[in-house]
Amino acid sequence: MLKQVEGSRAVAEAVALCRPEVICAYPISPQTHIVEALGERVKAGTLAPCEFINVESEFAAMSVAIGASAAGARAYTATASQGLLFMAEALFNASGLGLPIVMTVANRAIGAPINIWNDHTDSMSQRDCGWIQLFAEDNQEALDLHILAFRLAEELSLPVMVCMDGFILTHAVERVDMPSQAQVDAYLPRFEPRQVLDPADPVSIGAMVGPEAFMEVRYLAHVKQMQALELIPAWATEFHRTFGREAGGLVRTYRTADAETIVVALGSVLGTLKDTCDELREMGLRIGVVGVSCFRPWPAAAVAHALQRAHHVVVLEKSLAVGLGGIVSQNVRTSLSGRSASVNTVVAGLGGRPITRASLARMIVDADEGRLDPLTFLDLDRAAVGRVLAREREVRRSGPIAERMLLEVKR
Amino acid sequence: MTFQPIKFYQTGTFTVGNRLLPPDTRTVQANVRRTNSLNSGHRACQGCGEALGARYAIDTAMDATGRQLIATNATGCLEVFSTPYPETSWQIPWIHSLFGNAAAVATGVAAAMRVKGRDAVRVIAQGGDGGTTDIGFGCLSGMFERNDDVLYICYDNNAYMNTGVQRSSATPPGARTATTAAVGKDPGNVFGQGKDVPAIAIAHGIPYVATATIADLHDLEAKVRRAMQVRGARYLHILVPCPLGWGHGPELSVTMARLAYQSGLFPVYEAEQGEVTSVAKIRHRVAVEAYLRPQKRFAHLFDPAPRPDVIAAIQAQADRNIRRYGLAGSES
Repeated sequence: MLKQVEGSRAVAEAVALCRPEVICAYPISPQTHIVEALGERVKAGTLAPCEFINVESEFAAMSVAIGASAAGARAYTATASQGLLFMAEALFNASGLGLPIVMTVANRAIGAPINIWNDHTDSMSQRDCGWIQLFAEDNQEALDLHILAFRLAEELSLPVMVCMDGFILTHAVERVDMPSQAQVDAYLPRFEPRQVLDPADPVSIGAMVGPEAFMEVRYLAHVKQMQALELIPAWATEFHRTFGREAGGLVRTYRTADAETIVVALGSVLGTLKDTCDELREMGLRIGVVGVSCFRPWPAAAVAHALQRAHHVVVLEKSLAVGLGGIVSQNVRTSLSGRSASVNTVVAGLGGRPITRASLARMIVDADEGRLDPLTFLDLDRAAVGRVLAREREVRRSGPIAERMLLEVKR
Repeated sequence: MTFQPIKFYQTGTFTVGNRLLPPDTRTVQANVRRTNSLNSGHRACQGCGEALGARYAIDTAMDATGRQLIATNATGCLEVFSTPYPETSWQIPWIHSLFGNAAAVATGVAAAMRVKGRDAVRVIAQGGDGGTTDIGFGCLSGMFERNDDVLYICYDNNAYMNTGVQRSSATPPGARTATTAAVGKDPGNVFGQGKDVPAIAIAHGIPYVATATIADLHDLEAKVRRAMQVRGARYLHILVPCPLGWGHGPELSVTMARLAYQSGLFPVYEAEQGEVTSVAKIRHRVAVEAYLRPQKRFAHLFDPAPRPDVIAAIQAQADRNIRRYGLAGSES
């Protein structure tokens, strides 16, 4: 059914259609609308049977989800930013135990300085925690990916994070096609756990494993993620059969067939990139776009295939590996080892800075002409940074960093 | 056949004398059909109070629930010594997740049981004092506040024993640990305000809170049984001496627990809905010195430079407990 709805509410509705049995909620912007909408459904009795638990922290949220999932219930939560970091220990635990929890991450910057707006630093910081990470380009995909995520998680006994850009998607009112309960029921089988806490058949879960088997347990998690690389494309096709549209997949290509310069990105910025690509194509530049829908497991072969004809590869990332540069671009480079294409890292949109078509177009033209810096910071006010550094050289007690920078960028 | 009512002190040791009791008041431990939920063969130290406390508590809970029990476990001695894979001593469904989240994991398990309509299945969370009073305190308070249907059992051995006897917020003042060395002007642990978690649990207004020791099996079992009759958040704080960390002989674990109670340093009581409802009166009161002296962690208070001032301060704490909870007087 077509409807005009806020992204968070669309996701909440899709999650509800997946019949979650335990939902734990802790507020953090910009995720909060999702759990609010789910809480309302549970309270009203329209989502039943379901336990909605208001916990005291994100660490508790993930821990409650761990307990619920280990006891055989379909468990869901949502978080962002600092909240994701606060549950970091439990994230590794959930994946290590092989518990198929689904969680929405409404991507947001990490402080300090505290910042509530969108970038990908939060989920990127947890890229090695053993969760599958899927990235939504728009709200339709965000809601579809949740339905896929529950099935994927339960098939592989691995937790899945659905990442959607905070505010840009979570708070945007867009048209979405909401599937029916019957469609979702037909697509998503009942949760049959591989391990369950049950007095009728007692097992010990989460005991200590020594050097004799620890490597193998970790390797098994890797094998399962590799299996996801097979399942996700196959299920994207199946999803199409059930719902009439694609969802998931590993990578999406846009006008890449003859592209000399290809921009790789994740999430909602892909829309702006495609528009910019069209604009540059009209000027005669052979530009293409590759969207990575599945970041973990890293679809190395699919990325290599999508980029096989490119001379210049630009990785546009909303995160920064401080002291190195790009995070996604490191992954892209592993897919391109042995190839002569140049790989540029463009860090953009940190802390919600708008990524404009004009800036993208300038950057892509530079890349196409081979004069883009290997590590570029889009729309960075270098002069302000220079003034802060100059002051630090002059004054020992130069004061709080963020305050000084705010003064300088306003000059 | 009629029975003469028996007072436990008539049995001399508190732990024997089942044969003198009517069958329905005998302990679960005395029953050959006890579940041995924490089975033998685990790797606890000789004389481990926690192993004893856990077996007493879980066997009783199994008996009280008709074996419909799931347990969560914080990281710590109990978790480590009971389950080096592929061996496990647990005869019940059991999960260890992290150090600080046993209460929250139990909340999740309880929610799953509720949503599946399996109300008969009850949930217990277990942790040591570190996992309860320190790192797991946030999750514990959250579970209390929501009144989740979980019995949380803290096995309190007064320090982080699993990592090598470091101070926790349950370490008593004056005690030597690896991080409160018996050196300097004020050797051993500081005299702070202490973190009285049973009192904090009572302040949450939860349905049931109790303290117990491994020295009084009948009392411990009765409290577990009472806890399993109640729905909602419940808290049981069991004192479990640790021969390794306290520095007493393994044969003295039960004795040390009894002395902690008899000195007034560990008040034994129960509370319902925020009010203390019963206390275990101290029949043979002892000075704290009787409790402190056998323990190497307090040795610096006696030798080579005796610290009567510190011992007096500890005695004052015991006296305060006795006044506060009305522990003086004969056992009813």
